[in-house]
Amino acid sequence: MQETTAIKSSTKNTLAMIGGFLTKWGTYLTIIALIIFFTIMTYNKEYDMYPFVKASNVIQILRSISIVTVIAIGITFSLTINGLDLSVGSVASLADSLIISAFVWYEFGIYSAIAITLIGVLFVGFANAFLVVKLKIPDLLATLSMLFIIEGVAMTYTGGGSISEGMPNLDGTQTVGRLVPIFKEFGSAPWIIIIMLVVVLVAHIFLNYTKHGRYLYVVGGNIEAARLSGIPVDTYRTLAYVLAAFMSGLGGIMLASKVGSSQINAGAGYLMPAVAAAYIGFSVGGSGKPNAIGTLTGAVLMGVLDNGLVMMSVPYYSINIFKGAVLAIALASTYFKKK
Amino acid sequence: MNGIEISFPGVKALKGVDFEVSTGTIHALIGANGAGKSTLMKVLAGVYDHYQGEIKIDGALVEMRTPQQAKKHGIEIVYQEVDTALVPYLTVAENIMLNILVNSMDGKQFVNWTKLHASAKAILDRIGLNVDTHELAQNLTLAQKQMVLIARALAEERKFLVLDEPTAPLSTTETKELFRLMQDLAYNQKVGVIFISHRLPEIFEVCELVTILRDGKVVSNQKVSEINQKQIVELMLGHRFEETYPKHKVAITDTLFEVSNLTTKDNEVEDINLFVRKGEIVGVAGLVGAGKTELSKAMFGAIRQKNGTTKLNNKLINISSPSAAVKNGLALVPEERRKEGVLVEEPVYKNLSAACMDLFSNPLGFIKQKMEHDHAKKMIESLSIKTPSENQKVAYLSGGNQQKVAVGKWLSTDADLFIFDEPTKGVDVGAKHEIFELIGNLAAAGKGIIYVSCELPEILGITDRTYVMYDRKIVKELETAKTNEAEILFYSAGGI
Repeated sequence: MQETTAIKSSTKNTLAMIGGFLTKWGTYLTIIALIIFFTIMTYNKEYDMYPFVKASNVIQILRSISIVTVIAIGITFSLTINGLDLSVGSVASLADSLIISAFVWYEFGIYSAIAITLIGVLFVGFANAFLVVKLKIPDLLATLSMLFIIEGVAMTYTGGGSISEGMPNLDGTQTVGRLVPIFKEFGSAPWIIIIMLVVVLVAHIFLNYTKHGRYLYVVGGNIEAARLSGIPVDTYRTLAYVLAAFMSGLGGIMLASKVGSSQINAGAGYLMPAVAAAYIGFSVGGSGKPNAIGTLTGAVLMGVLDNGLVMMSVPYYSINIFKGAVLAIALASTYFKKK
Repeated sequence: MNGIEISFPGVKALKGVDFEVSTGTIHALIGANGAGKSTLMKVLAGVYDHYQGEIKIDGALVEMRTPQQAKKHGIEIVYQEVDTALVPYLTVAENIMLNILVNSMDGKQFVNWTKLHASAKAILDRIGLNVDTHELAQNLTLAQKQMVLIARALAEERKFLVLDEPTAPLSTTETKELFRLMQDLAYNQKVGVIFISHRLPEIFEVCELVTILRDGKVVSNQKVSEINQKQIVELMLGHRFEETYPKHKVAITDTLFEVSNLTTKDNEVEDINLFVRKGEIVGVAGLVGAGKTELSKAMFGAIRQKNGTTKLNNKLINISSPSAAVKNGLALVPEERRKEGVLVEEPVYKNLSAACMDLFSNPLGFIKQKMEHDHAKKMIESLSIKTPSENQKVAYLSGGNQQKVAVGKWLSTDADLFIFDEPTKGVDVGAKHEIFELIGNLAAAGKGIIYVSCELPEILGITDRTYVMYDRKIVKELETAKTNEAEILFYSAGGI
């Protein structure tokens, strides 16, 4: 009798250990499982090749997630203070329009174009902070309003159209501005991947190894205790929204450089994948908090899925079904707790 | 309850507890913080499904693995953490009738609001609480919330009612009212009342039986009439204990801190004038609701001031926000420890450095990790905080140890004035002693101390001078050595 109890309790412990392991590393396991799956499924008999794990495809995946990741890092900053910035997609659109117009309409050089764009998006960050911190609108609602406002501002600015090299001005005259060649480089591998990795690394260091990062987490964890510890909470909440806007702006610039022109509302599509990446990132490594490495991992998971499903010739209109299903399974493995 | 055992990661909270209560009695359950009282009661209420041991009701073995099972057997618990048990954005009536709304609708789909409010009002009248049933729970004071929770427990017929430190936020009259209610329940309605409290006089006032827990075990179970306060304290602590206040002899020198004509924006406190000298411990006494907590927050800049000036070392200082107050050398250990004093989800070391990160970061803002950890280890040792390591989440520490963390985070700031708001609330006798010791040492180092408390023995025991508050104002200044409990109580109750 006692022996069976002992066995029971030891299997229980093993199960608990596996459960704990899954909670921490479920996302990585899912990624590895997906890579193995896609590698086998896309095996090419004719050439005896595994195209999924070819260097060119790996680079393709990293390139495809770089913009989402940078924007998701922006969301991660807003999550650290227990907020959520929904305006990131619109801010990316705005940055996209601003920088292309700076080149094409106003013939700016590369430094001034980037500077003016980033300054532009920082205003949005401060505006978000004003709504949330000063006017005390709940963050979701405030940034949702900002999502619409900035989407409208970006479209109004471009006259409701796209901007590309050689297009006529709104008044019919010919534009002469061109994108600076080096700017187009940013949007291609390896630069776009390097930018992403640098952003993740800097965000990781900032959040974990500086007192500012510590304060952001403390404010997010318990704002009243943070305030009574003498932390200037409003300053740090503002900082989080400004950083979120900055990162989305950077994402928008990368988008402009990748595409080479500014399309209407081009950044909008990045909002939900970025939110998903940041939230998946919570559980990675058992941190339970928004964190930069986790966000990157979340973005990789979705990038691998996207790429693999396309290679398996899943029709584009069905891809989201599988994407959503795998996300649900990956998240279930981390959040489901066996009793 | 026989041989109850339960473990949590890292601790064995209950080590074979036998506990028996009969209906129609008031049974006290006491023990130092971390002794396992609340855990035992949560087992009884079906909060945990992994306990070992057996629970019997009327001799029949029952399972208490879910709160529903416990409710079915007529067991109701009123939790210590009122804020987690109430739904803040529902009305008082809905909060009181919550269980009925959830469990006893019997297939009805619509709520009869008139009836709901009427029955809620009837219960409120029974416990003598005068609040509008349409008020939202979040707008209530702590004492009112506690009473609403008790009202909820009364909304249905019970066999057993567990009250986990219900009197902590209550004033004397409210406590009296509660005791009357408990007696009514026990003697007229034959309910078994289990009463948990840190206040020994209360146990002698209302309870018949007392069970004492220490370190997850029962150390005594007997009639209250056969034991005295001193014996209880000894059993709780496990060694002989003299209730003394370690009052250091400290030379009191120049005026350090001075507040003049302080009135807050919404008149939470009015026209406050007080001063503290170096090395002096100044008490602020008063009943619950007199504005003591508001005063301590206002002095710290956490409540906006309408007018008033603050001087530290004879210089005017800016107290527009808590962060300004900290920069200017003030420290506050707030009343609501878990909500305001510590970061429960963070490890001990991050808590201990939260108020003085500048000491542990270089000019670029990078944290000196090793230094931060070493500092935490040193603090844990010097304050004898009971924790497996500095990486333990504060949520897993007992109340007294959490309080030490809340105090410890200020010790490395170069604060000159420390404000303590009810620092011994929910803290066991041993930890209390250590906190007094700590406050005494701060005074000896020439700091100024403001000690806010509604525990008169503490005020008398450790302060040099005391201000008495009544109805948002300071009504009296007393020399502690020349006063007594009765006099302080007289002024706190509005006597002139």
